[in-house]
Amino acid sequence: MKPAPFAYLRPGTLEEALEALAADDGAKVLAGGQSLVPLLSMRLAAPSRLVDINALPDLAEVTVTDGEVRIGALARHASVLADEAAAEAQPLLRTALRHVAHATIRNRGTTVGSLVHADAAAEMPAVLRLLGGAVEVASVSGRRTIPASELYLGLLESSLRHDEIAVGASFPRLAADEGVAFDEVARRHGDYAVCGVAALVQVSDDRVTAARAAYLSVNDVPTVVDLGAALADGLTGPALAAAGEEALRHLEPMADLHASADYRAHLVRVLTARVLRAAEEHARTRQVAAA
Amino acid sequence: MSEERHEIRLEVNGASYDLAVPARRLLSDVLRHDLGLTGTHVGCEHGVCGACTVLFDGAPVRSCLVLAVSAVDTEITTVEGLGGPDGSLGPVQQAFLECHGLQCGFCTPGFLTTITAGLRDNPHPTREEAREMVAGNLCRCTGYHNIVKAVERAAELAHGTGTP
Repeated sequence: MKPAPFAYLRPGTLEEALEALAADDGAKVLAGGQSLVPLLSMRLAAPSRLVDINALPDLAEVTVTDGEVRIGALARHASVLADEAAAEAQPLLRTALRHVAHATIRNRGTTVGSLVHADAAAEMPAVLRLLGGAVEVASVSGRRTIPASELYLGLLESSLRHDEIAVGASFPRLAADEGVAFDEVARRHGDYAVCGVAALVQVSDDRVTAARAAYLSVNDVPTVVDLGAALADGLTGPALAAAGEEALRHLEPMADLHASADYRAHLVRVLTARVLRAAEEHARTRQVAAA
Repeated sequence: MSEERHEIRLEVNGASYDLAVPARRLLSDVLRHDLGLTGTHVGCEHGVCGACTVLFDGAPVRSCLVLAVSAVDTEITTVEGLGGPDGSLGPVQQAFLECHGLQCGFCTPGFLTTITAGLRDNPHPTREEAREMVAGNLCRCTGYHNIVKAVERAAELAHGTGTP
């Protein structure tokens, strides 16, 4: 239970960090380390070099603009969770972050690190996918923005190249006619979810004009399903049941130690109905508050 | 082949320590083996049990999930730093004593650090909030009832309410 040896660098500038990554194929980036360090200790990962980005300047900021919430690579889950302006601009951030591990892990783990670690059971990748956010990455050859829809390739596999560092992520602001909700079933609070669902519902007068949900711990990547058609006539019992079935047509629930594929499918149905109702209510509450 | 060592300075319980450690050495091991601060206990060594919890600038962090070389920019507090300079018990320690909040004691350092920070953020927790405060720490002896009572008692002691 001790990591294998590796070279270590703690650069003071982003340029230095990017050069170190580019020079070593086996290098990995260390930010919060709450997923990486256990992988090292269990020797499931044995990088030749760690590039510790914790001393880089200006990466810990959470900024809110007219269009989005931008989270820097060193912003810990706990500081994003506590950020009032971020919660106001995109309430799903705080709602979902409360489900990310325990407070002690959130004090050190970073939101951007979790996004690019690409764990299928993690909450924030599903949130980024649902909202259509993006991750900004840097390398010695420049910067690029990877939309959430192109970020997740497989279990623990993102589309970042090995020489790239995710320097920030952006989550769109919630529109005035939208509501969001999140729920998950875990064996204990703070554990990885057996199944989790984030939903966004858009309403206009008495009608649902758009609805979609993102699923975590179901497929090997966070998966978004459009449920607008199923809810066109409102959130009746049969419509919510149809939404659950529609979601399952786009999902392939996995079986593991904690849940059979059938049980996961059951959770998809139950949680889909629950979060869609909650997201619709959230949208209506916000409209009333704005009126 | 000898492994490269990195020179670092750690701030622990108000004292500075200059050390040369391999990059792969976990903070939990540096505290115990290099500094002799064996109050921090190591249980699962992958972030699940909470026994190794210490405070970084007052906030609880798992010391088994941090490399010592990466812990250089923070004030670390271990369970040894929770009592008074004269060896007297801090309020959370006193509450564990009074409420019989420990049996074998292995998990206790992690609870004490976690609750110390928790009560700073929320000085008057409800029973539900007290349970949530310790939800990330495992105890295999007590069944948690007396630990939750100790959280409530520590809140009283910290505010000078209730009889000692």
